[in-house]
This record gives sequence, C-alpha cells and structure tokens, in this order.
Amino acid sequence: MSHWLAQVTRRRLLQTAAATAATGLVSAPSVLHAQGSAVKLGLLHPVSGALSYSGQQGRLGATMAVEEVNAAGGIKALGGARIEAVLGDAQSTPEGGNAEVEKMNAAGVAAIVGGYSSSICLTASQTAARYDLPYVVDVGVADNIVTRGLKNTFRFGPGFGVIAKTALDNLVTINDQSGKPAKTMMIVHEDSLFGSGLAKLLNAQLPERGFQVLETISHPTPTRDFNNVVLKIKAQNPDLVIPANYYNEYVLLARTMQQQRARPKGVYSILGGAASSYKFVKEFPEAAQYIMDCNHWFDPRNPKALALKKKVEDRGEFYTYEVFMNYSCILLIADALERAGSAERGKIIAALEGSTFSGHVMPYGPTKFVNGQNEGAAPVNTQVLGKDIQVIFPQTFATAKPVFPMPPA
Amino acid sequence: MLSPVILVPAILNGLLTGAVYGLIALGLTLIYGVLHIINFAHGALLTAAMFAAFFAHRVLGLDPYVAAVMLTPLFFALGYCLQRLVIGPAAHGEDRNVLLVTLGLAVVIENLLLYAFGADTRTVNLDYAFKVVDLGIAFLAVPRVVGFGVVLAVALALWLVLSLTDTGKAIRAVAKEKLGAELSGIDVTHIYAITFALGTACLAIAACLLIPTYYVNPHIGNAFVLVAFTIVVLGGMGSVTGALIGGFVIGVVESLCGLYLGESLGQIGIFVIFILVLLLRPSGLLGERA
Repeated sequence: MSHWLAQVTRRRLLQTAAATAATGLVSAPSVLHAQGSAVKLGLLHPVSGALSYSGQQGRLGATMAVEEVNAAGGIKALGGARIEAVLGDAQSTPEGGNAEVEKMNAAGVAAIVGGYSSSICLTASQTAARYDLPYVVDVGVADNIVTRGLKNTFRFGPGFGVIAKTALDNLVTINDQSGKPAKTMMIVHEDSLFGSGLAKLLNAQLPERGFQVLETISHPTPTRDFNNVVLKIKAQNPDLVIPANYYNEYVLLARTMQQQRARPKGVYSILGGAASSYKFVKEFPEAAQYIMDCNHWFDPRNPKALALKKKVEDRGEFYTYEVFMNYSCILLIADALERAGSAERGKIIAALEGSTFSGHVMPYGPTKFVNGQNEGAAPVNTQVLGKDIQVIFPQTFATAKPVFPMPPA
Repeated sequence: MLSPVILVPAILNGLLTGAVYGLIALGLTLIYGVLHIINFAHGALLTAAMFAAFFAHRVLGLDPYVAAVMLTPLFFALGYCLQRLVIGPAAHGEDRNVLLVTLGLAVVIENLLLYAFGADTRTVNLDYAFKVVDLGIAFLAVPRVVGFGVVLAVALALWLVLSLTDTGKAIRAVAKEKLGAELSGIDVTHIYAITFALGTACLAIAACLLIPTYYVNPHIGNAFVLVAFTIVVLGGMGSVTGALIGGFVIGVVESLCGLYLGESLGQIGIFVIFILVLLLRPSGLLGERA
C-alpha cells in the first residue's frame, strides 16, 4: 500500500510541478508585458432584424465605453489589461441571443453585457447562468429577468414594475399641478407582451387613480396605417392619449394624429418607443411637440453625461437611451473588474454583488444590487419642448417645467 | 361607433389604399391571364422596386414620383429579361416548372436584398407625405390621393394598350388561344415576355406610390402580395377590371374590419372573403367560367 501511495504522490507531484511550470510560462510574460493581456467582454445586441436600430445604438454606447476604458489605461488592477470587445448579434430573436452566448462562452469572455429586449435578456442570461458567466442586462425591463434567482444576472436599469408605478405617480402629480385637466384617456398599444402587458396594468391602475379609460386599442407590429385608430381617437376625444408601441409605430401614430388634426390635451407614454428619442424630435419636430414620456434617461446635471452626448452627436449619431445605458453598464463592469482584481467569473459576480459604483451617467445614485436588481434605478419623465427633450420630473433632475395641457395649435 | 364622422373617412381611406392594392393585383392577374402561371416572385419584385425607389431618393435625391418615370421602363426591361432569359428557358414548357422557377426567384431576390441592405426597416421622409386634402368630412393624405389618380390612369392606359395596339391584340390573342395565335404568326415567346414586363412595370409604379407613406424592408412585398392574390381571386383570374374592383373592395373591407374588429384583426376580413369566394364563386366577380 505504501508503495501505491508513494506512486500516487509522485504522480501528483509531477502533475502539480508541470501545472506550475505551465502557469509560470504563461504568467511570466504577462507580468512583463502587462498591456499584452486582455479581458474579453461579450457585447450582445440585436444589430439586425426588427430591433436593429436599438441594437446598433446599444452597441455604439458599449463600444464607446470600452474605447474610453482602454484609452484611460485599461483595468489597472489587472496590470492595465485592455478590454477586448467580443461583438455578438442576437438577430432580434431569443434563439439568436442564445447562440451568441454559447459562442462568447467558448471565446472565453469574462462577462456579457446587453440583450436589449426582455425576451432576449431572459434566455441569454439563463444560458449564461449555466456557465456561471456574469450577465449585465442593458435595457430589458420584464420583472422576471431578475426574479428567477439567477446569481449571474444583474440589471442596472429599472424594471417594469418600478417604471409603471413611477409613471402613474408622476402622471397624477403633473395632472394635479396643472389643475386636473385630464380625466379621460385612450390607450393605443401594440399587441405583443410589452404593449398588452402595459395596457392591462393601466386598465387596472388608472381607474384607481381617478381616471377613466374610454377605449383600449391594440394593433400589430408592424402596422402600416393608423388612420382608423386616429379616427377613433377623434370620435372619442379623450383628454390624454397613452401610446405603448415601438419606434416605427409610435412615429406613425404621432404623425397621423398631426395629419388628422387630432389634438388631445396631452400625449403621455410609458417607455414610449419614440417619445424620448432625439431621432424622432429631429425628423418630425411638429409631431413630437409636447409629448411626455416616462422612460430611461441620462442625468442632465451630470457633466459626464453631457460630454458623452456631445461625443455621440459629433459622430453623427443620436444620443438615445440604448447608448447611455450600455455605456454605463460597461463602466459598471470595468469597476467590478478593478475591485475583483481578477477576470475570474465568480470574483466578478461577487464584485458586482457588492458594487456601489456611481461613475455612470444615469440619475440613479450609487449602485446597490438586491437579487441582481439595482435598487437605485428609476425612470424620469421627459417632454419634447422645442427642439430638445427636457426632464420635467422628478424635481431633482428637472431641466424644465411640464407644459400641460398642451397649448392649442 | 357607426357615426358617419368615422365611417366616411374610413371608407375613403380604404378606397385609396385599395387602389394601390389593385395595381399590384393588376400585374399579377395580367401575368396569370396570359402565361397561365402564378408568379410567386411578384412580392419579391415589388420589394426590389421599393428598394429601387428608396435609393433613387436617398442616393440620387429623386422624388418617388419622378423616380417612377425612370423605374417603370427599367422594371419593364427587367421583367422582359427575366421571362425571356430565366423563367422561359428554365421552364421547358412545363407550368409546374414555372411555379418552381418563380418561387426560386423570389427566394433569391429576397435574400440578395437581405444580404445587400440588411433586415432594417427604412423610410423616406418627404415634405408632402403627411399633407392632407381637406374634404370637410375627411382629411385625405396627399400621397394616397395622388396614388389613386395614378392607378386609375395606369389602368386606363393599360386597357387602351390591350384593346387598341397590335401588341395588345396579340397579348389578348395569346391569352385566349395560344396555339391559334402561334399559327397566325404571333411570336408567343416575345408576347409572354412583354406581358411579364408589363406586370413588373406595374410593380415599379406601385412601389413609387407606396414609398412616400410606407417603409421598406426585404420582406415588405409579402404583406402586399398576399392581399394581391386575394384580389386576383376575387376579381377573377386574368381580369384587369376585376383586379381594380377587387382592389377597392378589399381596401374598404380591410379598413372597416380594422375599425370594428381592431387593427390586430384588420386583415381577417380579407381572408374570410378569400375563402368565401373560393367556396361560392371560384371564378371570381368578373372571371370567365372555368
């Protein structure tokens, strides 16, 4: 027996020695040439398909943050290691997102950022969980993204429940401040999970807050013609129209309302597809005028957020929420890497769990994750005023007073 | 909800939309009437024409209505070449081969567009796109009113060509009796190609009428061509007037269904009509008895 033990010990000893030698070989040069090593980060966005515009904007924000981190000397705790972006296209489908997560895992990424839509975030983060791969959701708002008990999944932005509650509270406040001009409403929503879910919630919540929902109209994505919908709005003449749809339909609805001269006292949207988009405001300023929205938005009092805005606009791109949210998520991970002092997945997850990161551009304050959800995250209310989008609520971040009801044309 | 304030504009909008549907169906029914084939590439060719109109505006700065003057002969030539050089030779005189060839063409065209331009949805922004004509009872979008007028003019021109010119008479002869036409010295291969070219040219015009108010992506044609098939069945396979009337009927049905059943179910009326026509009057409104 002792002979066998000795043999095993010797074999183990040899293995350990070989392993040590191997790591020595690998690590020795990396100590000498610190910049040579890189931390791979997966950037997953739907850059083709129905969500391609949002995906491309998200990728833009993420890559700009990566460039900035690298230009500022990389991850200092890892000897100035550069961040190497591994780009992935989720093709606007959950299956596409999944396939990219598998590829990114095989490529040895330390973490993944992105997803954009709730359905892509749900499946991609679950696949990443199988590999204990940290996954930071950039936008996806579905509440169940962070309620499944996945240790690897973190959401920096607010979830749907928080957004809807904030939106309704703020609506009541804005309406009260203006002398309660709005009593009746009409909801126009797209018929998939996002729009239908929101319409259902609004139909339950609005009457409790003293509003009357005159009619709820659903439409598919894509819809080519909003004439009928606008005719119904004109016939019912509600005080407030609440649209819940994606960018193309949102723009078409707003333009058709303008064309058919349907002018309610206000248009108030919750996560409106185009309501707080500089692209919409620039291309169709008249249709966009006075539209209010409760959505993701940067902190307009943060110089870093404004510097980023200028940088994005100098590139000829629009400063949309996908850009600054992805930008912030990358900085969040870079901060976690600094504090973890390692690109090991478990250590990054632990660093994210304990994150108090506040170097982002959002009006969130210091980061604090509870079960993967950033508790500080909150949406703000914006309104299109002139050629700009102003924050009108909450007071702390407001840059303008709400104009409600909107003045007659 | 039956108040005329809503009903009249909805019906008028339906008629205007239906006119363009009718033009797309016109091309389809013409090709069917003469070549006796169902052109599965119709939707893909419409998509290609819409991309052409889009880039004519984006790159050359051409207004879609000006682009129509250029694109119509271009697509006429394209259609002629497709039939003469691809579909005709590949068919070897068998109708079922034609079916497969046009289906194959559709797949190739759509994927080429997808490869070249990606799946993004693109729109053209024109000053007049959201201008309206105020009728007192309804606001009608200018591009749709223009579209309506152009469609009527094109249909009239097509009718004149078919009834008055030699080529038109030859087309009708081939449609009625191919062998007889061939025996009287008509070049059937040439007439086939001319007919296919006319159908494709209709698409170029339709594309230019659509682009000011609609968007374009590599799959957009399918949405229209499904409606066009229904119109062809409703109007009668091969009937030019039937296609136009069918277009108006379907446009109004779609508009009213959207109004009363909700936009999500707007197209259901179209397909109910499709099934009813097939069951009760398979030859369509103006089609000849099979």
